Amino acid sequence: MDIAAANQEALRRLLAAQPVLVGTARARDVIPGMHDRLVLHAGPPITWDRASGPLRGAVIGGLLFEGLARTEEEAVRLVEQGEVVLEPTHHHAAVGPMAGVTTASMVVYVVENRATGTRAYCNLNEGYGKVLRYGAYSEEVLARLRWMNDVLGPAVGAALERMGGLDMKALIARQLTMGDEGHNRNVAGSALFGRLLAPHLARVGLPPDALEQVLRYFADNDLAVLNPVMAACKATADAAHGIPGSTVVTCMARNGTDFGIRVSGLGDRWFTAPAEVPVGLYFPGFAADDANPDIGDSTITETVGIGAFAMAAAPAIVKFVGGTPREAMDATLEMYEITVGENPAFGLPPLDFRGTPTGIDVRKVVRTGITPRINTGIAHRRPGIGQIGAGLVRPPMACFERALEALATALGR
Amino acid sequence: MPVVGLIRRGAYVDSVALMLVQREARAAPGVEEAGCVMATEANKALLRAAGLDFPDLATAGPDDLVLVARAATEDAARAAIALAEEALARRRQAAAPGYRPRTVASAVRQLPEATLALISVPGRFARGPAQEALDAGLHVLLFSDNVPLADEIALKARAAARGLLCMGPDCGTAIVGGAALGFANRVRRGTIGLVGAAGTGLQEVTSLIHRFGGGITHAIGTGGRDLSVAVGGVTMLQGLRALVLDPATEVIVLVGKPPAPEVAATLLAAARACGKPVVVCFVGAPVEAGGGVQNATTLEEAARLAVRRATGADPGGLGLRALPAQEAARLQPEQRYVRGLYAGGTLCYEALVLLRGHVGPVASNTPLVPEEQLDPPTRSRGHTVVDMGADEFTQGRLHPMLDPTLRLQRLQQEAADPETAVVLFDVVLGYGAHPDPAGALVPVVRALRAQGAGRSVCLVASVCGTDDDPQDAAAQRAALVDAGVLVEDSNARAVRLAGLIAEARGSRGAPWSRTPIAPAEAPPPWPDVSAVRRLLQAPPAVINVGLELFAESLQEQGVPVVSVDWQPPAGGKKHLLDLLDKLEA
Repeated sequence: MDIAAANQEALRRLLAAQPVLVGTARARDVIPGMHDRLVLHAGPPITWDRASGPLRGAVIGGLLFEGLARTEEEAVRLVEQGEVVLEPTHHHAAVGPMAGVTTASMVVYVVENRATGTRAYCNLNEGYGKVLRYGAYSEEVLARLRWMNDVLGPAVGAALERMGGLDMKALIARQLTMGDEGHNRNVAGSALFGRLLAPHLARVGLPPDALEQVLRYFADNDLAVLNPVMAACKATADAAHGIPGSTVVTCMARNGTDFGIRVSGLGDRWFTAPAEVPVGLYFPGFAADDANPDIGDSTITETVGIGAFAMAAAPAIVKFVGGTPREAMDATLEMYEITVGENPAFGLPPLDFRGTPTGIDVRKVVRTGITPRINTGIAHRRPGIGQIGAGLVRPPMACFERALEALATALGR
Repeated sequence: MPVVGLIRRGAYVDSVALMLVQREARAAPGVEEAGCVMATEANKALLRAAGLDFPDLATAGPDDLVLVARAATEDAARAAIALAEEALARRRQAAAPGYRPRTVASAVRQLPEATLALISVPGRFARGPAQEALDAGLHVLLFSDNVPLADEIALKARAAARGLLCMGPDCGTAIVGGAALGFANRVRRGTIGLVGAAGTGLQEVTSLIHRFGGGITHAIGTGGRDLSVAVGGVTMLQGLRALVLDPATEVIVLVGKPPAPEVAATLLAAARACGKPVVVCFVGAPVEAGGGVQNATTLEEAARLAVRRATGADPGGLGLRALPAQEAARLQPEQRYVRGLYAGGTLCYEALVLLRGHVGPVASNTPLVPEEQLDPPTRSRGHTVVDMGADEFTQGRLHPMLDPTLRLQRLQQEAADPETAVVLFDVVLGYGAHPDPAGALVPVVRALRAQGAGRSVCLVASVCGTDDDPQDAAAQRAALVDAGVLVEDSNARAVRLAGLIAEARGSRGAPWSRTPIAPAEAPPPWPDVSAVRRLLQAPPAVINVGLELFAESLQEQGVPVVSVDWQPPAGGKKHLLDLLDKLEA
């Protein structure tokens, strides 16, 4: 197939996606191929011996949460002896921020792409501090997860059912006009999310204490919307995957050790290279030496053209790298150089409502030497400590170079 | 003395910008020598020769930037490098505040009215941006040299299929819609249009037209290889057709070094059939006059004939200023030879052709016949004329029109040779050229005079340019005359003076006579040039890819320009580029 035509088709599918948040459910009930001895993780496939601190911590936490292990040592032994398996979320139509660890009994968001009828999944956001996604697994962390599973998830699910689903594309479009870019900054989006859910939450039969806790979750957590946004992006990206001849990137993800990409025309292969440490600002008491290499599936946002690609919408973020608002504009302008098209549904006010750059073309990345920009959180390299900063990172060029070589082979050129 | 070096991987900066930065680094306190270059093999050799080697230098490749300094102390060397980095950053900031597009496509988005791309990236990378520009509907002026012939043929075919002009590769000069592109002079607007396969040839003819009181509509450069059999004069034919259809153009001038005979015959047939008067000056290759076509033997004659056709009046003569016999009488018996040191390629070629009529065979690095090849090009023998803008002199350094250093050294070398009677040279002005070439020459000339002690050498020069040029030709001439240079009004005249002095010292000529080229039986079909006509209707809006210098000179002229922040594609990795080309074919 003609590459240009294949890429136009990929772009068409990215733009045509209609991701709707339809509800919440247990992972084992909805995620394809999910089972009780499966632990999903962010990024490309990885073996336990190569896993970074935060990923190990999150896997341990996930096994403790499931009751498959009672101690850290037991959890490690389960993995080492192959009694549980680690597989990428992306192999199961799912995504997860940071470590991305998702286990069978966890509640997940369900997003349906109404243009294709296909679904994507993402776990619930835990908020700030010591959290599983950054590799923490203390009793406090597990208790929080249990509350999310028992109270928050079902309540939100019931509210969504009453609403008949929530149009994520419209929500993202609105948050972009309100100073969010949909990845690192989700203040406006989370507020919108909570506001839309609130009247329905009031009607799902929660006792007042539980209702207060759920509403407080939305009041306190600026990242609440990130996870359904990620699922919406995953549902969008998957629609563009598997088009023969297409050089469009349909997945970028990191497991804390490797950065990996997948390309529409290259099936389920991953093209990986060592992940880099983000450049950014650290919370008091932490420095670059403490940082884990880049981790998480949240790069799915950039993959479909928001996040750092929509940086012009969120000039407040440049403070992470001591930049100026002008640089936020330049970040988006630069991304147009490597994308196939623009998404008119996501208009950027500072660029006269020009659509976000959409559909990363491997060829353009390699030719221009411009790798995609990514906004991201920074995890401590040791498990259990959590987030220590936030900043900017780019994928290693080698991922794209390897994909290009594979494309040339696949297309017999 | 300690040497400190720094490599910035995959950071491309154009050579002119680097030269300016290097100058700043050299002037830093305690610095003995500094280098700021892209790490090509040639540049690395130059750095080593200059004692600027450092352990990592060997690891740097052609797409890596090297900053290196040798200074009294390590701190001073480090400070010089910091200074160079700062200067680079400052230039970058000054060149374009705000977002700098990385591709032609995104530059066009910033300048939607763009009509032309001026491309001066290294030749091996030129095809990509040129193709991108043509696909975006832009005419192209491809300044880059060393572009593979196959690329040129492909680009010109692509351009012709879209009705667009691809001027070049190796097109140094054009004036389009009143805007000087590349190296070009500021000349009066008028009724004479030119197409030239010769950069300094176009500069000389346009400048002399201005001087003779005429003016030009457009000067379309084609690149030297356009008139080869392989390329077939595609661009010259397009240019000719566009000027024929351009209502402001009344007289047309075609300029070039000798074309392939069959290409010349076809173009001549087209010129005869075109319906407007055409003056043809293929330096050293006369054409048969007739059917509205006149042949000009020299660039000066081309300008004169064109002005006469355009105004109906002869512009009058430029007289020979110096007295050759009197100059010759001052020389010592062994002083017999002419040594020509040229910055302009066509001017050099014209010198070879004309000088032969006075002195016989002339050795050169770009000889008229292979037997007269000068080897090595660094040592003159007998009568010698050297093109100092040829590859062997510009590898890893700037063209002599920008950086006079090498030519000044050679000037001293020639003057010290007891057999040298005349040193002949050109001074090329205009946009893109050195800001004050005479100013750079004068101290050297004065020093030569001071140490002459009973022996003098005739210094003969012409200044190619106009009084309206940024350097002001009148002031340049005056400075040279004041220093004792015999300045003539055209290259042809300067060569003639040099030749006559040599004749007075005993040389005998062997005229370069060639049978005039006859026109082909039938003119070729005219190409569709409607897009070219639109280009010529107004000053262009330009996308600049490569030398910042050209963007700056366009800005000075008030021409809208957006510069692409060009970097070698795929980080310069050859195998990836090959794959990309295959995937984009």
